[in-house]
Amino acid sequence: MKADGIGARVTRKEDHRFLTGNGQYTDDISLPRQTYAAFVRSPHAHAKINGVDSASAAAMPGVVAIFTGKDIAASGIGGLPCGWLIHSKDGTPMKEPPHHILAVDKARYVGDQVAVVIAETLEQARAAAEAVSVDYDVLPAVVDTATASKAKASVHDAAADNVCYVWGHGDAAAVDKAIASAHHVSSLDIVNNRLAPNAIEPRAANAAYDKSSDSYTLYVSNQNPHVERLLMCAFVLGIPEHKMRVIAPDVGGGFGSKIFLYAEETVLVWASKRVGRPIKWTADRMEAFLSDAHGRDHVTNVQLAMDANGKFTGMKVTTTANVGAYLSTFASSVPTILYATLLAGQYTTPAIYAEVTAVFTNTSPVDAYRGAGRPEATYVVERIVETAARDMKLDPAEIRRRNFITTFPYATPVGLTYDIGDYPACLDKALKLADYAGFPARQAEAKTRGKLRGIGLSSYIEACGLAPSNVAGALGARAGLFEAGEVRVHPTGKVTVFTGSHSHGQGHETTFAQVVADKLGIPIDDVDIQHGDTGKVLFGMGTYGSRSLAVGGSAIFKAVDKVIAKGKKIAAHLLEAADTDIEFKDGVFKVAGTDKNVPFANVALTAYVPHNYPLDKLEPGLNENAFYDPTNFTYPAGTHICEVEVDPDTGKTQIVNFTAVDDFGNIINPMIVEGQVHGGLAQGIGQALLEGCVYDSESGQLLTATYMDYAMPRADDLPNFQVATHVTPCTHNPLGVKGCGEAGAIGSPAALMNAITHAVGVKDIAMPATSERVWRALQGRA
Amino acid sequence: MQAIQLHQPASLADAAKLRSGNDDARFLAGGQSLLAAMKLGLNSATDLINLAALPDLAGIKVDGNRIVIGAMTRHADVAANADVKRLIPALAVLAGSIGDRQVRNVGTLGGSIANADPASDYPAAVVGLGATVRTNQREIAADAFFTGLYETALQNGEIITAVSFPVPEKAGYVKFKAPASRFALVGVFVSKGTGGVRVAVTGAAGSVFRAAGVEAALAGNWSAAAAKAVKLSADNLNSDLHATAEYRAHLIPVLASRAVTAAG
Amino acid sequence: MTVNVTMKVNGQSVTAAIAASTLLVDFIREHLRLTGTHVGCNTAQCGACTVHVNGRAVKSCNLLAAQANGAEVTTIEGLAAADGTMHPMQAAFKEHHGLQCGFCTPGMVMSACELKGKLPNATDEQIREALDGNMCRCTGYQNIVKAVKAGLAA
Repeated sequence: MKADGIGARVTRKEDHRFLTGNGQYTDDISLPRQTYAAFVRSPHAHAKINGVDSASAAAMPGVVAIFTGKDIAASGIGGLPCGWLIHSKDGTPMKEPPHHILAVDKARYVGDQVAVVIAETLEQARAAAEAVSVDYDVLPAVVDTATASKAKASVHDAAADNVCYVWGHGDAAAVDKAIASAHHVSSLDIVNNRLAPNAIEPRAANAAYDKSSDSYTLYVSNQNPHVERLLMCAFVLGIPEHKMRVIAPDVGGGFGSKIFLYAEETVLVWASKRVGRPIKWTADRMEAFLSDAHGRDHVTNVQLAMDANGKFTGMKVTTTANVGAYLSTFASSVPTILYATLLAGQYTTPAIYAEVTAVFTNTSPVDAYRGAGRPEATYVVERIVETAARDMKLDPAEIRRRNFITTFPYATPVGLTYDIGDYPACLDKALKLADYAGFPARQAEAKTRGKLRGIGLSSYIEACGLAPSNVAGALGARAGLFEAGEVRVHPTGKVTVFTGSHSHGQGHETTFAQVVADKLGIPIDDVDIQHGDTGKVLFGMGTYGSRSLAVGGSAIFKAVDKVIAKGKKIAAHLLEAADTDIEFKDGVFKVAGTDKNVPFANVALTAYVPHNYPLDKLEPGLNENAFYDPTNFTYPAGTHICEVEVDPDTGKTQIVNFTAVDDFGNIINPMIVEGQVHGGLAQGIGQALLEGCVYDSESGQLLTATYMDYAMPRADDLPNFQVATHVTPCTHNPLGVKGCGEAGAIGSPAALMNAITHAVGVKDIAMPATSERVWRALQGRA
Repeated sequence: MQAIQLHQPASLADAAKLRSGNDDARFLAGGQSLLAAMKLGLNSATDLINLAALPDLAGIKVDGNRIVIGAMTRHADVAANADVKRLIPALAVLAGSIGDRQVRNVGTLGGSIANADPASDYPAAVVGLGATVRTNQREIAADAFFTGLYETALQNGEIITAVSFPVPEKAGYVKFKAPASRFALVGVFVSKGTGGVRVAVTGAAGSVFRAAGVEAALAGNWSAAAAKAVKLSADNLNSDLHATAEYRAHLIPVLASRAVTAAG
Repeated sequence: MTVNVTMKVNGQSVTAAIAASTLLVDFIREHLRLTGTHVGCNTAQCGACTVHVNGRAVKSCNLLAAQANGAEVTTIEGLAAADGTMHPMQAAFKEHHGLQCGFCTPGMVMSACELKGKLPNATDEQIREALDGNMCRCTGYQNIVKAVKAGLAA
């Protein structure tokens, strides 16, 4: 193995700038004649807007301009689009009420943007925003997920019952039959709690308009600048794409929340032409809590039918998913395409049916958050499997083993074809690392200390590497999901790679460079990765869904192959051999079976100084593009095992061991992969133990809108994780990789909740399993 | 944050004068709660009177059977002080559990108790040890100092100069942290000394209070078991986003028993 | 109201007339344009804005610049040697992959540096407790703990 190549634990190229304060995040960028924006946000969850009086605010010092929803509407601007069309089971399309970038006649959640104030300084903008007077008629708010469809109030006139769609997936009749003829049916009602994504860098944007070229530049904290540009230009503002450059510079975490096209940056771009000066906006943390798209928020009933041996025969899932006040960019796909298609889990359950009712409420929009649909699916599957094991008095590992898929490719009854995996191997490795066999002794020992010890398993699967464009299109996607890459070899043999993927912590500048350096046989320091700028990168669909390496990396891989293929032709000319006789290995082109060779750098120089060059057959230069559209999803899978001790006096849970064994396919940089797993686990454990957005059920106020009330995991809330991998290479992408970004957040909540309910001896405790909830469960049990 | 006038008095008398008659003025000690509140729009002060330059307000002295801690002494300095650790280790533990490390580097004893946040830690020690609050005007007994939610016996223009803590025979503090804020969901300070047994509870009600039932139990039998056996009513305790009154009522004897154990 | 402040930031003396309400973090970021110090919550919880004032780690979003008048302030930009060689704590964060998106990192590193000499032979648990003033959403903290341990030992 090359010391800095594929599989090596290479420290990150990007770290020096981050560690020395030289990272450049959106808020760090100030432009000449900079102005600052502050948004006037609705203090009410649901209110009619009778009027906006900005006269006195406009007269305040430093105010440059104030715009309202009426100003936007008057300029003919429509609303934000939703990128995925879902049809209800009766064939009707989902309800897509307008999502104005500034509210026009109604505000629909606390934090909804009603007006924007632009001023010389941020303080002036904020002071004037406070002075904007909005005349509201407060309306009753729809808040609760489970009862939204029966609420008296309507969030949108276009959806009087607050239902966006009722979507069905799978064979309902076959499932009903399985349930009717089952030896036993396990059943569970569970809630997947709403989360705030909480990237530590709040969302930010800085928009500038250049009159001489009639073009715009937008700096924005975003995970997919090309998608941002496409959506904003083509679907909202009508700006020609070539007149807009979107730059997502260093981005301080995303976790899904920075995929979407938001109102704020769209307003900034629109207003930048009107005020003729750059406008900057950075969310404060409370704005982030209110206006970042949230995650999860499902209410589900699941029934699992099985035979006398605990073999699963059918599963029925009924879910209500809260999409919030408006459909965010990918909101409709998360509780459907990214959820129900994963309900087979790792198991051979032959019949599965899911029905998902998506409801509008007067709450912040809900969209993809780390895992997006797949954590919800895993939570359903792995909690009901655990319940089934308890009902059937089977060991939780054993019931999983009896139902594992073991032959591949495997077509699930919910529409996916798993290409490869080895679920028993991951389970066995996890059981061994967690010393599962030793648990009863540890439990007994804990009892002598007055502690209740429990252990929980979760064998998750996810579909990553989003996605085959034709499959996504057939399922309702309104965009392609390929990736683009460009490998630009400089005359000296140094390489700049442009990728449409975007790194906001994942370490692409290192991992992608490892791939390229490995393939070209050059030092990693000779390869730089560029991303996040539509002015530099040819195209891109961005980073989410654990897709960067599997899709973006594959595009780069293909482009490198093209570079090598062209290099072979140049080398053949230089070495006076046939193209087909040239081999490329370790950075050297060689005539097979001889010692005649020419190094990569010489070939590169020849390409740019083509004096001795086959100009009649070959263009000069060495610069190749590739687009890669995958033929299938990738299917990372694994087993997580969590062991907890509960203090019965207080209900406090301590995680005493957490083991994760994951199959991510081939691994380029194990150090980075481990870091991704750790981070995902922290978010999953955060969901299960600490985090949750709470709305007042009457007023619709978000009660958890600061770090005083929303419990973010801190270092002392978490244990050291024991992580390992088992590799079955992906069969359909050139790197054999599957993706690792989301697995931790997908598998861990079920493992933890299975452990806590095991320790306490109850069927379910709602997430987050706060000390009080656990204590109450213990009181109920006693 | 709103625009402010910042005053930098050089003497206690000047500081007091700046505050007198100005309802929109606040003393600035460490500012860890005050500035945070102002940024969230929860405090509309227009004038801040910075106490940082006043002489002799910071420092820790042993005075006979008491430890006297200056009002501007930072939490980190109390937590790390050898005399405090030796004579009232529970107080060092408490100071070391306030907020977080950076907050402890700036926040002060006087600022904390003057703010009288119902979930802050110091009030539990002040009441739990039966300390005396010294001001530029008088001495105030702990039991008379905290008068309600964010309310104290301090008069307009009155400035805390120090708190005098009697050294107890035994004392312990156990805090059950609210997971988000790290303030006390419930915190219980127990002590046994010349003044008898004192049990002060923070985080559970509108203000720090003495848990009479637990005090009575411990006065008869200073043991973890005795404290734990007490049943408390949830009446008058807080129910909020983070815990119900019932849970808090349950936690008080549990934490009191652990504090007794910690007291040794 | 305008106040005059003078302080030494990363060894250089700076003097400015600023609004009395100016927070130290805004003074550092906006007036001095040292943008390595970040704002993640602005309510003194996340710790991304941590700098040293007279050697103590503090949250610069929760301190008036005027409160640091006359002080020596060190920001993340002042940690590495002039030739770019990283401070041992910075080097340890790189070596142990103690950062991902890099946004909390300056505050995390400044916070960790204050522990030097205070936690001899620190256990993981002690380090986790000592990081109670800093949030990270990316790493799950495990590699940060590793990095801090190595950085303190270096």
